[in-house]
Amino acid sequence: MAFESYQLKRADFIFKNENDWEKILSRTLSRPPQEIINELMSSELKGRGGAGFPTGLKWKLTAEESASVKYVICNADEGEPGTFKDREILSLVPYKVLVAMAVCGYVIGAANGFIYLRGEYKYLVPELNKAIKEFEYYCKEINHNFNISIFLGSGAYICGEETALFDSMEGKRGEPRNKPPYPTSSGYMGKPTVINNVETLAHTFTIFKYGAKKFYDLGVQYSRGSKLFSVSGDTPKPGIYELELGMSLQDFVEEFGDGDTKAVQVGGASGFLVPRKKFAETAIGYKGKLTGISLPTGGSMMLFNSSRSMYNVLDNYLEFFKEESCGQCTPCRVGCQQLYSGIKAVKRGEKPAQYLDKLLKLTETMQLTAKCGLGQSVANSFSSIVENFREEMIY
Amino acid sequence: MNPVQDLIKSLADKHGKNRENLLPILQGVVEQEKYLSEYSMIEIARELDLPAAEVFGTATFYSFLEHKKMGKYIIRVCKTITCSMKGKNQILHAIEDMLKVSIGETTPDGKFSLMQTNCLGWCHKAPAMLINNDIYTELTPEKVREILGEYMKRES
Ligand SMILES: Cc1cc2nc3c(=O)[nH]c(=O)nc-3n(C[C@H](O)[C@H](O)[C@H](O)COP(=O)(O)O)c2cc1C
Ligand code: SF4
Ligand code: FES
Repeated sequence: MAFESYQLKRADFIFKNENDWEKILSRTLSRPPQEIINELMSSELKGRGGAGFPTGLKWKLTAEESASVKYVICNADEGEPGTFKDREILSLVPYKVLVAMAVCGYVIGAANGFIYLRGEYKYLVPELNKAIKEFEYYCKEINHNFNISIFLGSGAYICGEETALFDSMEGKRGEPRNKPPYPTSSGYMGKPTVINNVETLAHTFTIFKYGAKKFYDLGVQYSRGSKLFSVSGDTPKPGIYELELGMSLQDFVEEFGDGDTKAVQVGGASGFLVPRKKFAETAIGYKGKLTGISLPTGGSMMLFNSSRSMYNVLDNYLEFFKEESCGQCTPCRVGCQQLYSGIKAVKRGEKPAQYLDKLLKLTETMQLTAKCGLGQSVANSFSSIVENFREEMIY
Repeated sequence: MNPVQDLIKSLADKHGKNRENLLPILQGVVEQEKYLSEYSMIEIARELDLPAAEVFGTATFYSFLEHKKMGKYIIRVCKTITCSMKGKNQILHAIEDMLKVSIGETTPDGKFSLMQTNCLGWCHKAPAMLINNDIYTELTPEKVREILGEYMKRES
């Protein structure tokens, strides 16, 4: 396949310590809201939480709502297996996220913001509250009214899905809602809400400070800017790396592999497994790029070398989905269980190999009929693993 | 008023008595009592003027809101993919050996409970575990024995 390869390029914005956040905040708050929206739109920043919705447009739609009460929410539920970048942002540069939330509040007309922090990260609370206090103190000094509080989760991956997150904050079970209505018109407490991933917010700080062009100049068409990648698994250098979008998976593996990389899981358990033979034709970015296969990703990159059984990998993912499915809709609740016990039955020889095709069909049905992204995306890893490593599922 | 009622009242005073304050109140009770008894849930429902079924519904949804009495220290070992690949089972065995409990159990002195959990967000430093709210990473059986040894010295 003809495929233009993009080189792996490091970037260093997110974790760069900026000691002028007060100045950036007051300077940005003195600009007209429409100008800030335009700046974000021209940067082409897309959400870094996984779905890739244009951030400027999200703020614009919420700003246009006439409600008198609106909310800003930072999604810090980070539960996708293999993702650990948001925690690092909140520990190292929390002020960037706080500035972004306050600017968002100003743009859309919201006086309250929340950080929905997964319960597993409770140890971040004392330092984060200190940063919030200092931040609110400064806001008062410049006469800007904006409050931020932390809302703790309690060990449920599904609460990272934005509408489940709202229900969780409202004291309910974290069960995803039907969309529409979208959060921009009806989110937390039924009010227009901007909900953004931690990293998305941190990137807006870069844009406020350096301008849209600086950001836009990184990356490739449809996938602008840099992105944090959480690298783990069989790699000599696990960790968090900021890279420009658009690189080929081949380049990525050359940099991070251990010389024996058999496959890479891109985007966590709900993403895709890419086998070695497809590294060269796979690019990491959002959908809509013209060359090669492009994968959206929340930034989880898990490497597997040839010592790993892909059956064990899939089994582990399915156990995860089975446990984390909210159970609200049948295709997902029953489907996850059937997939989990189905691959075991094939492995034990209780079902013929062709049963895998039935299970593939089942994931297709789930993709079409499940209510939210959890049930819909089980097909991604299931089909990419079963189709590429069918032998390993059987013997 | 008994201690549980006191606790619930003070949590409701701190967080508020609206539906959106329910999760922080449930979390506060678990933090203190180490679980949510049926009695606590009914009391919370009364305090917030909610149907008890609603409180039950919410309380049973979240994996960190326990419904049986847990130990003073809850150990949660990550069992998701990277930790599994990097030796999670040896970590579990080391803990089981040392505390003489299996997954889901609590030591007879009520000091430790052993649980498994999903990805803790430390895969680059796998295997990882939480003890209450504290994170421990890059575990080895030796390291785990050392950590638990420290906890065992603490009063129960
Ligand atoms: C099952 C599921 C889990 C999710 N978990 C998270 C999460 O932990 N953090 C996050 O930012 N977005 C998560 N999302 C995506 C959110 O629903 C939402 O798209 C995102 O917070 C929007 O922010 P962004 O536009 O800045 O990416 C999840 C989605 C699904 C379907
Ligand atoms: S797809 Fe799964 S997680 Fe999503 S609403 Fe349905 S049951 Fe719940
Ligand atoms: S898999 Fe254990 S911390 Fe992520």
